[in-house]
Amino acid sequence: MKTMLSLLVLLTTVAFTPIISDNGYEIGDIATDFKLKNIDGNTVSLSDYKDAKGFIVVFTCNTCPYAVAYEDRIEALNKKYAKKGYPVIAIMPNNVRTKPGDSMEAMQQRAKEKGFTFPYVMDANQSIYPQYGATKTPHVYVLESTAKGPVVQYIGAIDDNYKDATLVKTKYVENAVDALLSGTPVKVTKTKAIGCSIKV
Amino acid sequence: MRYVLIILFFLNFSCKPENNKSIALEIHDFSGIEPYLNLEGDKTYVVNFWATWCAPCVKELPHFEALQENYKEEIEVILVSLDFPHQYESKLKPFIQKYQLQSKIVVLDDPDMNSWIPKIDPQWDGAIPITVIYNASKRLFFNQTFSYKELETELQTFF
Repeated sequence: MKTMLSLLVLLTTVAFTPIISDNGYEIGDIATDFKLKNIDGNTVSLSDYKDAKGFIVVFTCNTCPYAVAYEDRIEALNKKYAKKGYPVIAIMPNNVRTKPGDSMEAMQQRAKEKGFTFPYVMDANQSIYPQYGATKTPHVYVLESTAKGPVVQYIGAIDDNYKDATLVKTKYVENAVDALLSGTPVKVTKTKAIGCSIKV
Repeated sequence: MRYVLIILFFLNFSCKPENNKSIALEIHDFSGIEPYLNLEGDKTYVVNFWATWCAPCVKELPHFEALQENYKEEIEVILVSLDFPHQYESKLKPFIQKYQLQSKIVVLDDPDMNSWIPKIDPQWDGAIPITVIYNASKRLFFNQTFSYKELETELQTFF
């Protein structure tokens, strides 16, 4: 009987453990939509973009030097791909109590200084980035809009040289989006880069 | 000989206002760092990847320093800095100076991160800090921060 009970307890525990793994999305998974507050005061959801062929979702922030190093390149991605149907959506995932430099006011200020043309929203409840499996800034997810929902097609870095945009050899995100736009498979679907851990 | 001494005296004197200059950084791309992950001495090696801009890294750094001090004979702590080259003078050297870091410090400057991150550990996604502890018979990768107690507990599994 005792064994039965333990087994029951074990089964119940397993059954109620959330299905979302700690590691977040893999290529091919359907990404969750969200409703997050933008720097302009409005909320932004993927479903707002009726005509989007997909999205370049970038977890980024004001305070991480790697994120800062990529600001201009994130803006360039939006300029190049928003009109082709792949807008950039930037999500700031840090806890602002830990990182006051990432507050909504600071985000508004930075976006103004840099002239961001993409939405820069805050994951204020820190409930979206864990579902994606983002662990650091910057961390990019390229999503392709399908009838089933937004499918994850690329996870990782923007390119292979954070230090100097002119020395970049491989533009991972551009290659992924170009492939999707031309209906061919994404060759490099996952890359890794150093970043700042997301602050909880 | 006297002249040499005088010159040395002046060199020393001229260095005083700019302490940074007395710190020589050992800077490598990944091929130069890799040997530090595969040392074959008798010790246990504790390799921590950090940067002065990484707040959780800075917070746990004293524990690695204390570990090196408390296990002088048994271990070698190697602190691999991922600071940006343009901040070596303005941030990294003053930091080393200020906290009088005693552990061995090497600097990794290799922007093609996707090429070397998986070589350190396939599970690592690139967020720091990370720590690799290894010796001749065992190797563990830690994607986490440590308290001193936690660090010491892990280290002791290597002895």
